[in-house]
This record gives sequence, structure tokens and C-alpha cells, in this order.
Amino acid sequence: MSQLTKAPQMDLHPMGQDGILVRFGDGFEVATQPALTAARVIEHARIEGVVEIATALASVLVRFAPDRISRAQLADRLREMLLQPSVDADDGPGRLWTIPAVFDGPQLADVARHAGLTETAAITALTDARLSVLAIGFAPGQPYLGHLPDAWDMPRQTDLTPEVPAGALVTALRQLVLFANPSPTGWRWIGRCAFVPFQPDRPDPFALQAGDCVQFAATDAGTIDQLRRNQPDGLGGATCATLT
Amino acid sequence: MRDADMTILHIDQAGPLMTVQDMGRPGRIGVGLSPGGAMDRAALIEGAALLGLSEVVAGIEMAGLGGTFRTDAPMRFALTGARMDAQIDGQPLRWNASHLLHPGQDLRIGGVQAGAYGYLVPAGGVRGEGVLDSRSAHLSVGLGAPLAAGDTLVIGQDPKRDRPLQIIVPDDRLSGGLLRIMPGPQTQMFDPATRQRLTQITFGRGARSSRTGSPLDYDGHRLGPSGSRGPVSDFIRVGDVQITGDGTPFVMLAECQTVGGYPRIGTVIADDLSRVAQAASGAPLRFEWMTIAQADAAYRSVGQHLREAAAQVRPLVRDPADIPDLLSYQLIDGVTAGDP
Repeated sequence: MSQLTKAPQMDLHPMGQDGILVRFGDGFEVATQPALTAARVIEHARIEGVVEIATALASVLVRFAPDRISRAQLADRLREMLLQPSVDADDGPGRLWTIPAVFDGPQLADVARHAGLTETAAITALTDARLSVLAIGFAPGQPYLGHLPDAWDMPRQTDLTPEVPAGALVTALRQLVLFANPSPTGWRWIGRCAFVPFQPDRPDPFALQAGDCVQFAATDAGTIDQLRRNQPDGLGGATCATLT
Repeated sequence: MRDADMTILHIDQAGPLMTVQDMGRPGRIGVGLSPGGAMDRAALIEGAALLGLSEVVAGIEMAGLGGTFRTDAPMRFALTGARMDAQIDGQPLRWNASHLLHPGQDLRIGGVQAGAYGYLVPAGGVRGEGVLDSRSAHLSVGLGAPLAAGDTLVIGQDPKRDRPLQIIVPDDRLSGGLLRIMPGPQTQMFDPATRQRLTQITFGRGARSSRTGSPLDYDGHRLGPSGSRGPVSDFIRVGDVQITGDGTPFVMLAECQTVGGYPRIGTVIADDLSRVAQAASGAPLRFEWMTIAQADAAYRSVGQHLREAAAQVRPLVRDPADIPDLLSYQLIDGVTAGDP
């Protein structure tokens, strides 16, 4: 059961001929919790003519079939349901993913120094944190995870790391990104895992959804290498539990 | 497994960027996958209309250059989108028309004469195993691959195999023109003078255009947002016009990324995206603002678009002057010798 008690600043914007973007804040701040809650409320309403609901860092995109519901009708419904002082949005239990990872990245020491921690304490902080999937993007299935404690509010590095491998864990801005593919990045590379966020031939090709919880379990490099080599489901030893 | 009604299309030669495309995989922006699908969706719709189909089917998209094809059973097909040089056994084929390819014949499709993306749409559609409800190659995320010489495609059953050959004359979308743009979530980041100036510049499709999008080239003072602060990363959709750091507008197309951090000045309406995809380099592109109400009024579902295209097709009537082997035709069939 989640509630929209203090309605945050919310605006509706057109986003293409068949889209409305419900945006929280002024477009310059991250506001994931209201966005996730709003997405659940909209899903629950099962509005006829709505064909897609997607959550980003501070917004929800609602795509509709204009021949089944008009923009004005949909906007009215969205305002009505989202501006109520308190809205029930019991979406059932959430999911907690536990993903084996090794924190041996070349910039772990750098990151620990930024956070004012020893490397061991930094790893403990990384594995103690229960993170949320704040958004998915840039590559199919690729999650933005957060938020880490305040001490992890470090900027992107000024240089671009030319390439980190698939499975790399990188951090900046109290967030972690788990790379789906080899990629350049301006975030600091601190570890890796064998979790493949998007695998087309898997029964559920996109493993994670916005709002899922993720916790990393520290293991050794050999285990991650072995998991990467031998894993038909691409989940890299991750388990998924239902939160009650 | 092969059904008796299936046809096999053999590809003997293939241009460098020839892919199977349908209407893509909409509905997955939240998990990071853009819809993909045909760059010129109108071309697939016109193909279906020419062939008398009730639904759009998967066809072959040919970027710049086609290929050589053979079939193992009579196959109706349509040629749409960018105009290309096409022949069956040396006989030139009309573009924007349906045709019939027999076993033993060679269908050769060469380079583009106008536009960028041509389409070969078989009446039975390209079948076979799709991924996530679609046959479309989505190259930027590694789904599918370009077609290559030696590949074979399974073509489904033609539901109207006796339908006479048809033509359509679509409105020109191969030589640039007007792009109608509607406001979006970040339009207000650009001051009124900049929004006005967008409509006064003549743009050209940039050389780095691809299935992910098209940068637009222009001369003069660069476009940019009023503030210096970048917006939080948010969804980005097909049609959005993102203004990158150096002031270049970038129109997002089929295989665009799903999240972006550059400000978007607005969104090109769906019907005008084909103009961007098909514009040759140097073809002039201009923007014209639409209100939200005007953009909404211009919306067409795929079904509606197909019905409208179907109303425009007409039978191919051959001009006798165009028939080189006129004398071999039985022109007096049914005429009997009269009594002397």
C-alpha cells in the first residue's frame, strides 16, 4: 500500500500524438518515488485506450490509442486520480533481486576516497544497500539503481572511460548502473557481475522492472567469471524473492 | 518445418543494409527498447494496400541498394518507398506497384533513384521466427542482422493471389519538404525567438543519418536552449527533435535510444517522419509548428492509414507503347473467323 500524501509538483505534457508525459518536479530534479507511485496508480485504473505505461527518473509516459480515448479525456482521468490527496495503490508485493557481484573495479579505491571510506567499508556499504530500479534505459533492460547513502553523491569523472565490459557496475550521483553491453562511460567503474539485463531468448527477456529492489552479494572474481561463461538463463546466479 | 503454402525467397545478392522490417515492437520504452520497425512506415502500408491485404506485413527494407531475388513459387510483391531501379529478367518494373515473380525469373533491384529506403513487400509477408512479437531487425540493440547473399526467407501464403496488379501514386515524400512539429515536455526550455527561428531555417539531412535518427545540417547562428542547466534524463521518443550540445537538431527515428539528456524542442508528427528518413542529402527540410490540437487531429491509426491507401490504388493498365513484345500477345482472342 503506497500513498500519495503530499502531492508533489506535477504537470502533464504532450509527448507525441499518442502520448502524455506526467512529469514530477520542474524537469531538472530526480523524483523517482512519486513517478513509481503514479505509475502504479495509473496501472491500477486500467484506463480503456491506454496502451503503455513507463516510468523514468521523474516522469511517467502514458501512451494511448487516440481512436479509443482522446488526449483531453485521458488528461482528465490522470489529473483526477493523481491529484487526490491520498490514493491507494496496493500493487501487491514487490520483488527483491539478489545479484552476485565482485567489487574489484579499477576505480574502487578512487570511489572509496570520494565517499570517505576504506575499500572494505565501501564494499560493505554497496552490499548493505537495498537499491531500487529507478529507471531502465540507454540499452534494453539496463537499470539505473539507487540511491546509495549521501556520502556517495559524487560527480561523474571528467574523462570518459573508453570501455567497460558488459556486467560492469559503475557509480555516480548516489546511483549504480549495471551495463548491459560493453560501453564507454563517464561514471566510475567499481565492480562487475554476470547478470544479463536483456536476453531475447529468455522467457522473460527483460529481467528487471522499474520499482524492483536489488541487493548485491559480494563474491570473488573466479565465481563471476564462471557464471559469465556458464549460465543458460543469463541471470548470473541472481535470485528473485517476493517481498511480503 | 515448411508448410505446403509457403514460398521460399532466395537472396542471391544483397546490398549492405537490407533488413526485414515490419511495424516494430512498440510498448517497451520502459524497459529500454525503442519500437524500431520500418524507417518509412507509409511504404509498408502502401505495400499492403497495393497487394489488397487487410494488415501490414513484414517486408524487406533496402537502404540505398537492393539485391537479386529468386522464388520457388509464383510470388506477388509490391515495390514501395524510395524509387529504385528494378527489373525482372531485364524488363524494367514500375515502382509503387505490385508485380508477380515466377520461379526461374531473376528480380534485380539496384540503387536508389530518389529517397533512401526502398521496400520489397511480398503478399504473404516475410514469416519465420520473430523476437518479441516482431520480425524487424533492430540493429542498434543487436536483434537480427542485415540480410546477406545466400539467405532464404520464408514467405507466407498470399491471401489474394489472383488479384490483378495495382499501382499507387503517393504524395512525394522523397525530396524533403515540410516537417510538422508539435510541442513536447521541454519546448519551453527554448525561448519564443528560438522556436520561431526553427521554422525559418532550411535544413539538410546530415551524413551521419542512420536507423537511430538524423542530424540536420544548417548554416548560421546555432540553435540552443535558453538556460545552461541540462534537464534530468527523461524518455525520448521517435519523432522527438533533440538539440545536441553544438546546436544540431537530431530527429529521433525507429531505433533511437529510449532515454536522453539533451533538451528536445518538439516532436515531428508521425506522418512526416518518412520525409526525414527518405530525404536525400541536400534535400531541403523545414519545420512548421502545429498546436497540440492540430497534431492530434492529424493522427492516423495504421488501420486508417491502410484504408486510405487502399482507396488510392488502381489497376495497372499497361500502355501498349510500353509493351515491347506486343506482337506476341494474343490480341484477337475470341475472335472467330467469319464466313468469307
